[in-house]
Amino acid sequence: MDTEPHIKIHNLSMGYGDFVVQHDLNCVIDKGDIFVVMGGNGCGKTTLMRALVGLQRPAAGTVFYSGEDFWNVPQEDQERLKRRLGIMFQSGALWSSMTLAENVALPLHEYTALPPHRIDEIVSFKLALVGLAGFEEFYPVELSGGMKKRAGLARAMALDPEILVIDEPSSGLDPLTARRLDDLILELRDSLGTTIVVVTHELASILTIGTNSVYLDTETRTMINTGNPREALKTGDPKVRHFLTRGEA
Amino acid sequence: MKTAPSISANIETAWNLEAHRLAPDEVQVVFSGRWCIDQDLPSSEALHAELTADTRRLSYRSDDLTAWDSGFLAFIAAVQKFCTARGIVIEQSGLPQGVRHLLGMAFAVPERKVSGRKGGRRSLFFQVGTETIEFFHGLPEMLQFLGEVTLSFGRLLAGRAQFRMSDLWLEVEEVGPRALAIVSVICFLVGLILAYLGADQLRMVGAQLFIADLVAIGMVREMGALMTGIIIAGRTGAAFAAQLGTMQVNEEIDAFKTLGISPIDFLVLPRILALMLMVPLLTLYAGFIGMLAGLLVSKTIFNIGVFEYYTETLRALEIKHFLVGLSKGSVYGAMVAYSGCLRGMQCGRSAEAVGEAATSAVVTGILLITITASLLTIIYYQLGI
Repeated sequence: MDTEPHIKIHNLSMGYGDFVVQHDLNCVIDKGDIFVVMGGNGCGKTTLMRALVGLQRPAAGTVFYSGEDFWNVPQEDQERLKRRLGIMFQSGALWSSMTLAENVALPLHEYTALPPHRIDEIVSFKLALVGLAGFEEFYPVELSGGMKKRAGLARAMALDPEILVIDEPSSGLDPLTARRLDDLILELRDSLGTTIVVVTHELASILTIGTNSVYLDTETRTMINTGNPREALKTGDPKVRHFLTRGEA
Repeated sequence: MKTAPSISANIETAWNLEAHRLAPDEVQVVFSGRWCIDQDLPSSEALHAELTADTRRLSYRSDDLTAWDSGFLAFIAAVQKFCTARGIVIEQSGLPQGVRHLLGMAFAVPERKVSGRKGGRRSLFFQVGTETIEFFHGLPEMLQFLGEVTLSFGRLLAGRAQFRMSDLWLEVEEVGPRALAIVSVICFLVGLILAYLGADQLRMVGAQLFIADLVAIGMVREMGALMTGIIIAGRTGAAFAAQLGTMQVNEEIDAFKTLGISPIDFLVLPRILALMLMVPLLTLYAGFIGMLAGLLVSKTIFNIGVFEYYTETLRALEIKHFLVGLSKGSVYGAMVAYSGCLRGMQCGRSAEAVGEAATSAVVTGILLITITASLLTIIYYQLGI
C-alpha cells in the first residue's frame, strides 16, 4: 500500500529577489483530494501554483510527488513528474496559432503512440466535457474568455493526469458554466481518482468542491492550515472565517 | 438469439471487445480488460459493421473491465454519436457509473454545428486572389490612418494634441542614441565597401584620390539615409508594431478610446515625431562614419594622406548633398514610423497577430522606403539638385 501522500509541500518559501511572498509552507495533499489554495489578492496563490508545477524554483523547501523530491531530482525525472500533472492557467494560455483541437491534441501527439483518428476522438470528447463540442476548428482568438478557460482545462485533461492544477477556474464564467465546471472537477475526482489543486477565491467553488484547503495570509506571509473549507467556515481560524464569510464573521 | 462473439481482442495490451447480437434488432457490446490511452485501443469504427441498418438497440456490459480512462470514454462517445445519427437507442446501464456521469456531462451541451470551417487546402489561384483582394481592401485603411495622423499633426500645431512630452523624449532616446551602435557598424562597413569598389575602378585611371568624392557624396546623399532607414525599419518599426500590437491585445488602446483620448495623438504622434527628429541626425552620423571608413581604406591601402582626403572631401561636398540626405532621412523616418504604427494599430488580438504585425511593419517600411527613394531620386534629378 502506498503510504506516501500524493503531494507534500515541505518548508516551501517563495519570493522574487529579496521579497518573500510566502514562507514555511507545509501541507499534505492525499490522492483524490480537491485541495483549494485560497487567500486575498497578492498573497502568493499563483506563485505557489508555479512552484508546484515547476515554473518557479522556490527560495527554500521543496515539493514531493508520491515521495519524489520534485525540485531535487535529475532533470529527466522532473520532466517525467511533470507529465503526471495537468495545468490549467488562469487565462487558458492556449496557443494562438493552433485550433482548439490542435491545442488539446498536442500533448497526445507528443506523449502517446495513439493513431490520429483515436486522438481526434479523445480531443472531441475532452472538448465536449468542457461544453465545447463542435468548436474543434475554432482558433483561440475567436473565443470568449470563459471559453478559452474551458478549452485550457480540456488541454490540461488531455493526458488524464494524476494531478490537475487549476488556476482560477470559475473567475469570469457565468454562474451556470461555473457550476458545471465545479461538477466536472468533482466528477474527475470521483471517476478517475484525480487529485486536484485549485487556486481560487470564488467562495461558492471553495465551499462546493473543496475537501482540503490552505489559506495564504497576506500579513504574516505564511499559511493557515484549514482542512475542509466547510469545517473551517464553522470552526476555523478567525482570519479564514472572515475570508469565507466575506468579512461578516 | 445470441450470436457468437465478434470483433477483436488485444492480448498484449489486454483490452477485449466483443459484440453479441441478442435479437435481430439488438446488439450488446462487452468490454473487458484494461482500456487506457497508453494502449493501442481500437477505433469506434470497429463496431460500425456490427451496427447494421436493422439494429435499433445497443447495450453494454463491462463487468470485467479492470481499468479505464479517456481512451474508453472517447470510444464510447464516438459510438454514441454514431448510434444517435442512426436512431439506435443506447442502454448505458452496463457501463461503470463514472463513465455514465462523464458521458452525461459531455453530451449535456449540444454540439455546435459549424459549416465551412474545414475547407481543405486552398488552390494557388484562390490564395493569390484572396491576397490581392485583401491588399486592395487594405489601401483605404492605410489612407484613413494617414488622414488620422495628418489630423493629429494638425492638432499638434494647434496645441491641442493629447500626449505626454515625457513619452516623446523616451521615444527619442530609444530610436536615436540607442540606435547609434548598430548604425555605426553597418554604415562603417557600407563606407568600406563603397571605398573598395570605387578604388578598384578609379585605380585604373590613376584617380584614387577621388575615392573621397565617391564615398562622401555616396554616403551623405544616398547611402547614409537608405541604410539608416532600413536599420530603423528593422529595429524601430518592428518594435513600434509589437508595442502597439500588444496594447491592442491587452485592450489598452480601447481604454484610451473609452476615455475620449485619441490613441493616434497619445501613442502614434510621439513615435512619428521621434523618428522624424532622430533619423535625419542618424543620417548625418551615418554619413560621417561612412567617410571615416573611406579614409581608413584610402590611408591604409592606397596611401592617400589624411589631409588630402579631408580636403578632397570638403571640395566634393556641397550643401545640397546634405539637404538631399537630410530630406531623405526625414521621409524614410516618417515612412518607418507610419508603417510601424499602422501595423501595430491594425493588429489582431492574439500573440500570433503581434508577430505578424511586426513582420508586416518591417516589410511595409522597407517597401515604402524603396518607393520613396526612387521617387525622390527622380524628383531631385529633374530639379537638378
